[in-house]
Amino acid sequence: MSKKVLVLGETREGALRNVSFEAIAAAKKISGGGEVVAVLLGEAVSEFGNELVAYGADRVITVEHPHLKSYTSDGYGQAFMAVVDQEQPEAIVFGHTAVGKDLSPKIASKLKTGLISDVTDIEGEGDDAVFIRPIYSGKAFEKVKLKEDGVVFITVRPNNIAPLEREERSGDVSSLSVDITNLRTIIKNVVRKSAEGVDLSEAKVIIAGGRGVKSKEGFEPLQELADLLGGAVGASRGACDADYCDYSLQIGQTGKVVTPDLYIAAGISGAIQHMAGMSNSKVIVAINKDPEANIFKVADYGIVGDLFDVIPLLTEEFKKVM
Amino acid sequence: MNIYVLVKRTFDTEEKLVVSGGQIQEDGAEFIINPYDEYAIEEAITVRDAHGGEVTVVTIGDEEAEKQLRTALAMGADKAVLINTEDDVEEMDQFTAAYILAEYLKDKEADLILAGNVAIDGGSGQVGPRVADLLDINYVTTITSLEIEGETVKIVRDIEGDAEELETSLPLLVTAQQGLNEPRYPSLPGIMKAKKKPLEELELDDLDIEEDDVEAKTETIEVYLPPKKQAGRILEGEIPSQVSELVSLLRSEAKVI
Ligand SMILES: Cc1cc2nc3c(=O)[nH]c(=O)nc-3n(C[C@H](O)[C@H](O)[C@H](O)COP(=O)(O)OP(=O)(O)OC[C@H]3O[C@@H](n4cnc5c(N)ncnc54)[C@H](O)[C@@H]3O)c2cc1C
Repeated sequence: MSKKVLVLGETREGALRNVSFEAIAAAKKISGGGEVVAVLLGEAVSEFGNELVAYGADRVITVEHPHLKSYTSDGYGQAFMAVVDQEQPEAIVFGHTAVGKDLSPKIASKLKTGLISDVTDIEGEGDDAVFIRPIYSGKAFEKVKLKEDGVVFITVRPNNIAPLEREERSGDVSSLSVDITNLRTIIKNVVRKSAEGVDLSEAKVIIAGGRGVKSKEGFEPLQELADLLGGAVGASRGACDADYCDYSLQIGQTGKVVTPDLYIAAGISGAIQHMAGMSNSKVIVAINKDPEANIFKVADYGIVGDLFDVIPLLTEEFKKVM
Repeated sequence: MNIYVLVKRTFDTEEKLVVSGGQIQEDGAEFIINPYDEYAIEEAITVRDAHGGEVTVVTIGDEEAEKQLRTALAMGADKAVLINTEDDVEEMDQFTAAYILAEYLKDKEADLILAGNVAIDGGSGQVGPRVADLLDINYVTTITSLEIEGETVKIVRDIEGDAEELETSLPLLVTAQQGLNEPRYPSLPGIMKAKKKPLEELELDDLDIEEDDVEAKTETIEVYLPPKKQAGRILEGEIPSQVSELVSLLRSEAKVI
């Protein structure tokens, strides 16, 4: 049976997030030839509708309201449930982002259905789709499916499911008007701590530093290499705790979970909580003075050496060939 | 203030993991309080000490989970509740857990409910918000700061590294993120006192829950370890030649640049 699938589209700094395109690709698989309907919630979001169509959505529904300017579970919950009531979907896909993580359990609870969160891969299509997700801090994986009939609901981890090719296509972008009332949370302020530019959770290249970086200034060569490769700088908790960088750079169980094409870990020992955030990266390079460091166990390539020698040389070498 | 903390006994993921017959082997493994729940317990104790009231820690599990509840009592919680599902529930998912917890909590008139933002074993991060939805109270996830001033609750939460400042009110459910506090270690007198603190054990019958009501919505078909990565290649030679080898490997072999 083909399914109608709703996908929550998300924007950040005035642009759609990649994970929304990935969610559409996941939805296509689940739909088994059915319809994929993207949903955009916000104050003014209809301009993004066509882009979601270009990435594979058949239709887009927008809900615009001043109370949707900032995310709150009440506001987004009311808006999304109004779309659910209208569309009666058989499946729903969110990104496993701050918004997706916060909102999806509420919607799943209202629909009295299971929620399979943090999915990194999908096997099979349509009714046969089975979902793969990491467990035990990424040390193992499980294959999960919905037991009975009901709404199939998943969140997808950014950077794991390839988006569909962008194509000029046409699809209806319509708006739904929803009365949004009684918000129990008032957002006062958001203190931006994350760096401008490449979003860490969607970066294709990450240069991450640990306690071995030794100071704030120690991160400069890492930044230079990241800039050259069009990537982002990340960090271990060790480096954040030592105040060499902001917590917004933290990668791991508590911080961001990343899956770049290339992850270079410099001066990071490779604690399990750190690995939980990066062990799925496609290629891992470890640079560490200690040949026994745990990080070498997950690395594809390792250099045993001082990161302050290796990183600047790497930058020089890449400059030569790029 | 009437404070509840939802805690989970978890496999310590720093331990080695063995999978056999499509399941994680738990025999002889080390179990701990989920670390994010420890932040929740610590915060609950701090709030109680500042505003008065009582902290009750609640878990779903079997008798083994008593140990983690005693630890929470030793940290300073006042009471513990073990909802023992050993005889009634074979497979549990987040729907099941949230349903049971909400049935337990629905007539408790909790002012504040705390939980961890995620459990390090299943990693779903759903139970807290699901419980709040079932109780029809507000929730705020991944909090790093909590201040209660009269009716108003001021919270800072972590949103992908940025800090969101917000206001809400009680009753409320929050989930703890690292950075909220430094959980205390149980003191020796704390451990002694914990032995005498009340630990109530309930079964689904006591909560008037039918087994059918809590049947899991999802099903785990298989658990497996990731395919063993080929041993990584530790480069050799002088550092500059290692670096140029690495660059060419990344371009031609790994093809990521
Ligand atoms: C509940 C909980 C959650 C956690 N969440 C996270 C998380 O999300 N992310 C995270 O990262 N951690 C997390 N941790 C912490 C984690 O356990 C480790 O403490 C942390 O990752 C260590 O950081 P590090 O590798 O930078 O430091 P260290 O372990 O101190 O390692 C530093 C490394 O740098 C190397 N080094 C030193 N100087 C040089 C040099 N000049 N050149 C090359 N190498 C050098 C050393 O050999 C060493 O291997 C968490 C812990 C707990 C309990």
